[in-house]
Amino acid sequence: MARIVGGIGVSHVPAIGGAIARGLQQEPYWKPFFDGFERAHRWLAEMQPDVVVAIYNDHGLNFFLDKLPTFAVGAAAEYFNADEGWGLPVQRPYAGDPELSWHLIESLVADEFDVTMCQEMVVDHGLVNPMQLLWPGKTRPVRVVPVTINTVQHPLPSPARCFKLGQAIGRAIEEYEEDVRVLVLGTGGLSHQLDGTRAGFINKPFDLMSMDKLATDPKALTKITSLELIEMAGSQGVELLNWIAMRGALGARVTEVHRSYHIPISNTAAGLLVLETAPAVLHANAA
Amino acid sequence: MSARFPVHEIPGTPIFDGAAARKGYALNRMCFSFNDKANRDAFVADEAAYCERFGLTPEQRQAVEHRNVLEMIAAGGNVYYLAKLAGILGLNVQDLGAQQTGMSVEDFKQKLVEAGQ
Repeated sequence: MARIVGGIGVSHVPAIGGAIARGLQQEPYWKPFFDGFERAHRWLAEMQPDVVVAIYNDHGLNFFLDKLPTFAVGAAAEYFNADEGWGLPVQRPYAGDPELSWHLIESLVADEFDVTMCQEMVVDHGLVNPMQLLWPGKTRPVRVVPVTINTVQHPLPSPARCFKLGQAIGRAIEEYEEDVRVLVLGTGGLSHQLDGTRAGFINKPFDLMSMDKLATDPKALTKITSLELIEMAGSQGVELLNWIAMRGALGARVTEVHRSYHIPISNTAAGLLVLETAPAVLHANAA
Repeated sequence: MSARFPVHEIPGTPIFDGAAARKGYALNRMCFSFNDKANRDAFVADEAAYCERFGLTPEQRQAVEHRNVLEMIAAGGNVYYLAKLAGILGLNVQDLGAQQTGMSVEDFKQKLVEAGQ
């Protein structure tokens, strides 16, 4: 049977891709940020996930406003990165896991999440930067199943809905009969705002509270609307929805393995949160 | 608009709702095209003709001419798409932030650093 080994919330700021391409990890601006990943690398080496279910938001690479799904699941054998328009080097493709994708789709639709199914999906920095951060260098030891949440076109799904999506993803994975170890990623955030006269807005107390709640009491984050989330985290800080969905997939109890938080990376408060799921027996007791 | 969906205004924060999406469609569609280098080159080669091809409204055309982000947003532009135009213009997100807040780029960067203290 499949097992969720844990979840990681991680920022996906475009500039990270540029810094990796230019080898700036040890520069004073970048070092505090990249150093935060050392513990995550050790944890991943222990956990040995086979597949990553990566929950993120597309930024106008795969989806345009002509057809914009609230929730979409990739079902491709391979996912291509592509030119996003501002000079990030295009990464080579990521291997998919179509068997798990279709199981996820079947299970989510049965659970009344009527997702858009994508046999082709170009993946942008929302997926690619976290993958490069978590598995630096050329090795690609995991397969990927991308899941996107709309954070572009209002109305956006609510935090409560995204948490339930995550719970449904968690149920689907637990019922999957293949013997695979699954890591769930939620990317983006934390607080930031690119547009309007409030551009540059960052809310450190809210971010720290959010990371606390994700670890110990995630339902607390589901009591607000998406617009209230934007008010507190900034227009693009609403990407916390991806983290909330990730957390929903992990079940009742998690152990916080690591967190780091650094301001600023580009215009963003950059966060990393590594959560390990409770062993199966504890998990069952908690349910 | 209805009682069930009251307007939730957040000062200084554009909400890209249905009205904005309808208004901004041509501008955002043009910006979406900039994922392709050939299209970025075509815009640089003949900006007016490229904007014409996508049917930008006079307000959108003027906002692009002015290189003014707040005007582009007022004309329905969405920042995820506008960022691709900004890339062509050689502006990063600190430049965009400085322009929208009326700060110098240095002051804007300092403000970001101070948010962490």
